[in-house]
Order: sequence, then structure tokens, then C-alpha cells
Amino acid sequence: MADHSQHHIVPKSTYYLIFTALMLGTGLTWWIATIDLGAMNNVIMLSIAVTKATLVILFFMHVKYSPKLTGTVIIGAVFWLLIMLVMTMNDYFTRDWLHFG
Amino acid sequence: MSNAASVAHDEQQHHPRLAHHFESLEQQTDSSLFGMWIFLATEILFFGGALMAYMIYRRWYPDAFALASSHIAILPGAINTAVLIISSLTMALAVHAAQTGERGKILFFIVVTMILGAAFLGIKGYEYYEKYAEGFIPGLGLEFRFPEPEYAKNAQIFFSIYFVLTGLHALHMIVGLGLMTWMFIWVKDGVIDTQYYAPIEIVGLYWHFVDIVWIFLFPLLYLIGRHVHHG
Repeated sequence: MADHSQHHIVPKSTYYLIFTALMLGTGLTWWIATIDLGAMNNVIMLSIAVTKATLVILFFMHVKYSPKLTGTVIIGAVFWLLIMLVMTMNDYFTRDWLHFG
Repeated sequence: MSNAASVAHDEQQHHPRLAHHFESLEQQTDSSLFGMWIFLATEILFFGGALMAYMIYRRWYPDAFALASSHIAILPGAINTAVLIISSLTMALAVHAAQTGERGKILFFIVVTMILGAAFLGIKGYEYYEKYAEGFIPGLGLEFRFPEPEYAKNAQIFFSIYFVLTGLHALHMIVGLGLMTWMFIWVKDGVIDTQYYAPIEIVGLYWHFVDIVWIFLFPLLYLIGRHVHHG
């Protein structure tokens, strides 16, 4: 029992690689922010943020190596968050479409 | 549980940190990590509520939000982003050291993570002072001196949300520093070993979560107006 580890040990090289990707992502976000791409600025910056968050969750937080149950909890939490954000914004973005009588 | 089974798992059964309602340390670890993830799910929705307020007001007053955001200096925020990412790396390395049983390294990486966390809070404090000096504090009876007076009213909403979001984030950092002090003592006292290191992993999950929150706050608060207002 003493010679097998309870959990997968992620090699340090993976951590360094993810760290580099996160730093590059931060630099990229800053650079994108200075260029005028109209509405795309938001889309790109948030896409980079989502990618960075995913890398942190999968590798730093070991979810890639964890039981499926952990992934289910995260997907559930994000789904609940999206219910709140998307359905509320659905209302706010479409209010001025309505012109009754 | 049968006698044979309990003899077979004798060593594990008697780990001083194994609670009696768990069959094995492994089951205990999985359960506590699962519990932490459930807590983090509630944290996602907690910060999500504040984010919702941000989205609604930004939808209502996009110009005031872009303008107010462009008055925040990027550099301290960018440095803090880097500081937090480095601290997430050192936290991951602390967990790694816990898994391989290198006690000295766990202590070292916990201390480095705490120093980086404290540095983040120091820079954040400097930024708050800057906002005070520039007259960007909404409420508290202070004069709100916004350079473009026609946007001043709605810019106050942006700065209210800025202080709530960064304040809640900073509060989480302070809690994290407390948790790491606790872990430092536990490692030093030998409570943590290669069988029982779930507490370090759980504090790690918490710290990475706080990092993720900042990954979203940095572009949403510092960068949204930069491409229209170069300042």
C-alpha cells in the first residue's frame, strides 16, 4: 500500500509548460486590448481568458487526472452560471425590440 | 467490514488522520476533494452574481464603462496578473512536493506562494490609493472627480463594481494566506505525509480558483476601453 500513490503525480515539466502558456496568454490579452477590433476585442479577450481558466482547471487543479465526478461538478457549475448570465442578458438585449401598440 | 479485510488494510486503517466513517484514506481524500469542488461551484455562482451586475450595467452604459476603464493604469494590473500566475505555479509545485514527500520543498513553496500573495495585495493597495488620490472613489462622502463630467454619474457605477469585485477577490486572497499559514504549521508539525496530503491539495484548489477569478477580472476591468481611449 505504501508504494502506490493515491493520485496521479503530474510531472513538473507539465506545470512549467502550462505556466508559460498562461504568461503568453496574459501578454496576448494586453496586446489585443491596444488594437481596435471593435466588438471582436471582447470576444478575443474573453476567449483567451476562458482558455487560460481551462488550462488552470485541467492541469494545475488536476481535473484531467481526477474522477469523472469532478468534471461533472464543474460542468454543472458552469452550466448554472450560464443559465444566469445568458437568460438575464436575453432579457436586457431584447427589451428595445418590443413595441406594442 | 470483515476481519480479513481489516487485517489486509491494517496499516491504512490506523493512519491517525483517517476518520472512522471512511473505509480508506483514498476514499477520504476523494470525498474531501469532491466536497471542495462543490464549494468552488458555489463560489463560481457567488462571483457570477457580481459579474451579472457588471454585464447589465455595461450593457446600459457602454461608453461610460469603456471611458472609466481606460482611466485605470494597466501596468499594476498586468504585474498582478503575472504575480498570481507565478503563485499558482509555486502552489502547484507545493502540491507536487507533498505528493513526493519532500517536506522542505513543501514549506519553501508555501512560503513563496504566500510572499507572492502578499505582493499582490500590496500592489492592489497601491492601486486603491491611486484611485483615492485621483478622486475615483464612489460614495463615502468623497468628491468623485471624473475628467469627463458628462460621464461622471455612470462612471461611478463602474468604479463601484470595480471595488466590489476586486475587494471580494482581495478578501479571498487574505483567506488564502490564512489557509496557507495553517498548512505551513501542519507540514512543520508532521501532520502532512505522503499518505495524507489532501489538505494541501484542497488549499491549492482554492488558490487556483482565486487565480481564475483574476484571469477574468483583469480584461473586464482594466482593458475594455483601451482600444477606443488611448490613455
